[in-house]
Amino acid sequence: MRALLLVAPLLALLLLSFCLPIGILLSQAVYDPATHDALPRTAVALAASPDQGVPDDAVFAALGEDLLAAKQNDSLYNLARDLNKLLPAARSHVLRTARGLSPDKPVTRAALVAADPFWGESETWFAIRSGVRAFTANYLLAAVDLRWTRDGSLGAVPPGQAIYRAIFARTFGIAAAVTVLTLILGFPIAWLLAHVPGRLAARLIMLVLLPFWTSILVRTAAWTVLLQKFGILNDLLLALHITDDRFDLMYTRTGLIIAMVHIQLPFTLLPIYSIMRTISASQMRAAYSLGAHPFYAFRRVYLPQVMPGVMAGCLLTFILCLGYFITPALVGGPADQLIANFISNDINVDLNWQMAGALSCILLLLTLGLFAVFARMFGIDRMKLV
Amino acid sequence: MSMKLVRALGIIAGAAGFMAAASADAEQPQLTIASAGGAWQQAQHNAWYAPFAQKMGIKFNEEETSAGMARVEAMVKAGNVTDDVVTVDTAQVLAACDSGVLVRLDWGKIAPRDGFLPGAARDCGMGLDVYGDILAYNTDVVKSDPPTSVLALFDTKRWPGKRGMQKIAPNNLEWALEADGVPPDQVYKVLATPQGVDRAFAKLDTIKKDIVWWQAGAQPPQLLASHEVVMTTAWNGRIQNPIDHDHAPFKIVWGNEIIEYDMISIPKGSPNLDLAYKYLAYVAEPENNAKLGQYIPYGPVVKDAVKFVPADTLPKLPTAPDHMANALPIDMEFWADYGQDLTKRFNDWLAK
Repeated sequence: MRALLLVAPLLALLLLSFCLPIGILLSQAVYDPATHDALPRTAVALAASPDQGVPDDAVFAALGEDLLAAKQNDSLYNLARDLNKLLPAARSHVLRTARGLSPDKPVTRAALVAADPFWGESETWFAIRSGVRAFTANYLLAAVDLRWTRDGSLGAVPPGQAIYRAIFARTFGIAAAVTVLTLILGFPIAWLLAHVPGRLAARLIMLVLLPFWTSILVRTAAWTVLLQKFGILNDLLLALHITDDRFDLMYTRTGLIIAMVHIQLPFTLLPIYSIMRTISASQMRAAYSLGAHPFYAFRRVYLPQVMPGVMAGCLLTFILCLGYFITPALVGGPADQLIANFISNDINVDLNWQMAGALSCILLLLTLGLFAVFARMFGIDRMKLV
Repeated sequence: MSMKLVRALGIIAGAAGFMAAASADAEQPQLTIASAGGAWQQAQHNAWYAPFAQKMGIKFNEEETSAGMARVEAMVKAGNVTDDVVTVDTAQVLAACDSGVLVRLDWGKIAPRDGFLPGAARDCGMGLDVYGDILAYNTDVVKSDPPTSVLALFDTKRWPGKRGMQKIAPNNLEWALEADGVPPDQVYKVLATPQGVDRAFAKLDTIKKDIVWWQAGAQPPQLLASHEVVMTTAWNGRIQNPIDHDHAPFKIVWGNEIIEYDMISIPKGSPNLDLAYKYLAYVAEPENNAKLGQYIPYGPVVKDAVKFVPADTLPKLPTAPDHMANALPIDMEFWADYGQDLTKRFNDWLAK
């Protein structure tokens, strides 16, 4: 009980500043009442009408009333824009139809379809039916390039619009590549830091910690300068005659991975280093004295003890890489933008919070799934972060 | 009087004095503006913000943002509008007006509408200046055979190398159609058809791998200076200023430029509405409108202001007579209608 009270403030902070905002964002992925609130009578009428195709006069009358009401309280353009999100080119049809309506003329199915054949297409009414539902799975499906087809089954989005699966694959691929590279680079450095005499170790570790403490934006901007076509790296390669031509490193995947590896290296390295410090050097010496080949001793004595740190470092780097967006935005090309860039674009530029929530939801599910697999394979209690 | 009473009175007097001082500080009126930053915002500061603040005895808060209309929409939706006036993209101002995010301007408080160039006095926005979307190149990189039109972007045989383009759909689609042979006055008619849109994207596909996409106005001169690109599209003032002040080896190509207005609007719920109107009226006076031309080569939108523009700035303006061949004024109504769909298609095309 006392333990719970002591942790209570932290739990409250976690709940208010972490769980609640993320929960609200994720709920946007499935809750989109905008069209439902703008077409209340149509929603009611549609619920009463048969399920498929172009509905009857009652629904059309309700639609007419809703459009007139929207015109009067100045929300017509927002309604047109929201319908346009579900059905491309709907905007101009909605606006044109609404302009031709007047309160004393009743709206019938025949009249509206004659005025604009758009309202006679079952595609239109399929979109409206899915739009007036406040709780919808459309955005979650779109985030994995799926959509409902007219006969009620799940189908793939047309190839021109199907971008998200490739982007998720790209994000996880780059994260894996950066993790492996930081491990290859970080393990020898950690070993060196753990086995060198104390004062030299203290100085060397500053070389790792100082960049770690520098702001990520500053480091990314610094890489922008280094990787330029006429920048320091290319000048150095030319001066050492390693290459005759200048490499294109900026706005490429190579440049992006180089920058991300540099930024993530301390995250992989430090957990490994902290574990290595606890392993006594006499263990390896004992193994050699008993006749073990150095590589065998490493594999059977050293590696199993270091594994928890390696696992922790790799997991930390991998999950952090999934959320990267500053470095791809500044150093990567348009084909290197990761999922976080798209989520940020949806929130800041398009104001499409529903899509942002859906993409975040999918990313969270994939990450938790991966973590679950990882924990099952390696045992979560075997990981040591510090 | 007893000590306790004296002490109590002292405390009350101190608190009252403190509150008076604090509220006097808070009572100085202020105006907050959000603009796109860089050389243009600096020019606005010199030409308008500082003189207006001095004349009215107020404090001017400046915000720099490239988030445009999305930021304003988010503020209005959240019910917490911190900006009094915002400068906006021409292509977005009409759509934002329809959405009810901007104040419908009372032109009686500003200036007569017919004193402005056509299309500069809108329901929800007032034109600030005329600028051109042009092509720029570095003379240290392109030493011979200089390009004469923005459409050189699409000729990678004659000018190989990377080119910079703005990461938005407007302008790029118009230029793609022009490079595919559509005359400037037909561009918007063709772009309104699905075949026209396909044609524009097919043309952009031919140079896609050579494009470096920029988002902030300060990036094009940076890309040119670092020789990262052979040529880049840019806003003319952002290139002219380094040429004039830093002797940068850049050149502007005016052929097939696209002419746009910068607009200023008042978000709905702006905290200082009267002061915002006074600022708009100040900027609309012919003499003041021309002042911007002293700091950045953007033209005035008030018809009577042309005579106040300094003589050495006139040839640098986008509306100078010898720049107007094949120039295309942007069609704001087109982008208000089709902008949403075309932007989505553009973003999907970019992501592949």
